[in-house]
Amino acid sequence: MAELAAVVGIGQTKYQTKRIDVSIAGLVREAAMNALNDAGLVWDDIDAVILGKAPDMFEGVVMPELYLTDALGCNGKPMIRVHTAGSVGGSTAIVAASHVQSGVFKRVLTVTFEKQSESNAMWALSNPQPFSPHLNAGAGGYFAPIIREYIRRSNAPSDAGIKVAVKDRLHALKNPLAHLQLPDISAEMVEASPMLWDPLRFLESCPSSDGACAMVIAHEDLVDQSPGKPAWIQGAAMRSEPTMYAGREQVSPHAGRDCAKDVYAQADITDPRKDFDCAEVYVPFSWYEPMWLENLGFAEPGTGWELTMSGATSLDEGGDIPWNCSGGVLSSNAIGASGMIRFAEAARQVRGSAEDHQVEGAKKALGHAYGGGAQFYAMWVVGAEKH
Amino acid sequence: MSLESGSATDQQVEVLSQKFTLGFTYTRSTGPVVGRFLSSLRDGKMVGVKGSDGRVIVPPVEYDPVTAEALSEFVDVADTGEVVNWCWVAEPTEHHPLSHPFAWGMVKLDGADTPILHAIDTQGDASQMVTGMKVRVRWLNQAQGNIKDIVCFEPGDTSSGNIPQHDFEEPVVMMDAPTYLDYNYTAGNATARYLHQIRQGKIVGQKAPGGEFVYVPPRGSCPATGVATTEEVECADVATVESFTIVHIPIPGNPIKPPYVVANLLADGADVSFIHLLSEVDNDAVEIGMRVKAVWKPEEEWGYAMDNIRYWKPLDNESDKGGK
Repeated sequence: MAELAAVVGIGQTKYQTKRIDVSIAGLVREAAMNALNDAGLVWDDIDAVILGKAPDMFEGVVMPELYLTDALGCNGKPMIRVHTAGSVGGSTAIVAASHVQSGVFKRVLTVTFEKQSESNAMWALSNPQPFSPHLNAGAGGYFAPIIREYIRRSNAPSDAGIKVAVKDRLHALKNPLAHLQLPDISAEMVEASPMLWDPLRFLESCPSSDGACAMVIAHEDLVDQSPGKPAWIQGAAMRSEPTMYAGREQVSPHAGRDCAKDVYAQADITDPRKDFDCAEVYVPFSWYEPMWLENLGFAEPGTGWELTMSGATSLDEGGDIPWNCSGGVLSSNAIGASGMIRFAEAARQVRGSAEDHQVEGAKKALGHAYGGGAQFYAMWVVGAEKH
Repeated sequence: MSLESGSATDQQVEVLSQKFTLGFTYTRSTGPVVGRFLSSLRDGKMVGVKGSDGRVIVPPVEYDPVTAEALSEFVDVADTGEVVNWCWVAEPTEHHPLSHPFAWGMVKLDGADTPILHAIDTQGDASQMVTGMKVRVRWLNQAQGNIKDIVCFEPGDTSSGNIPQHDFEEPVVMMDAPTYLDYNYTAGNATARYLHQIRQGKIVGQKAPGGEFVYVPPRGSCPATGVATTEEVECADVATVESFTIVHIPIPGNPIKPPYVVANLLADGADVSFIHLLSEVDNDAVEIGMRVKAVWKPEEEWGYAMDNIRYWKPLDNESDKGGK
């Protein structure tokens, strides 16, 4: 049987376009120190470091984990690096948690980052490939056709994406760490923003951010050594599937549904909309909220947009199942960290430490990440109670 | 329809290989410690940092290797030192700092406790390289604010006295890091066969024996089952638009002018879509389910590439079907 583990410390940097004052080492260090301080711990209290980031091409530093051992106090300790593209922040948290749940380590530090200002994400995701036409136009170019197909199938009104773009930026105004702070955000402003990858507009897309996120995950026996309230890890699951195969369901991928089913079974979730108090879900493009509402079982197929339009996912509108109270990926996207930010923000909610974007009395929350061509999934359920 | 040639593995095809460069000039923020080191280089000075155990670490590191504490006590060291280890590079490549044979050496500068790695120039003479030999920095004339301000080390036990010139006023906080990888990409058997067919103006997908799904372009195995796609199936140059996007921003490094339509196309006879351009149609008139046909480049321009097809256009009448 797996042992119990909990998040006892969380540290983030302020997400912003450029952090020219620090090196990559300085950036991860800042998040790691914030997490250690939150957990009331020092380097000697940590058994191992689990690091994650998205493709090395974003910063051009190959195997950055080697260079980051000093900054992360890893001298003489195990260092493990995880890589599952955009979902890596979630996968890294799960690898860290499983090393505690398995009894291998008692307390681990897990850190993820991206310093996107060192290159250009559109370039890094749109490289020419040998013998192939050079038509890949970044993540938006990949996902826009899938979104178009979702809209066709579900008959969603064209402003469902705009609604999410506004809602998550309103949430971001309650989170001082969020990159985008747009006090004047409105449906008109989103609609008037330039079309990038039709049907996706500029303000329906995530920004490029520099930032890092870290957590300390401790075994049940050591949880009391940290001063804050723990977030108990009640379930964790990962799934993947090939990017291109005949008959692949791209709008609501199988791997996502399977991953949700697994993590819900572990945490005794039968009705996600009712059983969760909130969710932090990887929504880098506005339309992915209604799409994931369906994929994750919060809404019946074809009806996710109705939930979005009703205000059910909005903190400001008093929705019953707020999604991305932190502002989400739409407001801060340090790619390698983005999945872990979802996991950490879910943990903040059940620890009651989410400050101005706290869902009152949150007891159970979902953290979700996806990556690659929507073929990698990582999810966890965290709770204020052990079970 | 299956080609008469039958099994793709029975036939040897010419191996296709392509030179490829992947690279970007990264804009790296140095942080205060490395920034201090690089700023000093511009003035012809070497600087280290004192570690928790009293050692002077050169080049300086941001965090103590033993205690992980942040370090900030900078120490000036000499630009002369001793070779503690080295290896000879008999055949330099174009990316090496010197074009004639040289040594990579670990040099412990006078006043430092850890060595720095750099090139050592003995004018191509390996017999001059000795562990323990004294060397000094050869500085670049006009400083740039990066590690290349040290051209290399050279034999000598006193400073050269020729320090770099520069008119920078602000400390170094950023540096360009051009990172370019050159490699040869060799297409595997499945891709090579596919490209040979495209070279002939034919779209030939592959499927696993007994499998139902035809892959265009093939990747060598069925992604769902892992079985090798050894059977060839010719597909039409007519396709259905599975979905699409209208791209309004340029692709870095691509001359194509926005807005342009990139569609996921399912060729007749294929079971998985590929992306390609749509043209000769109003962008607003493109629809999911639209039937399109390939517009090929003139035959004399055909190569081993999917862009033998210039773009796809709507299939608007029966006479267009299957034509090239």
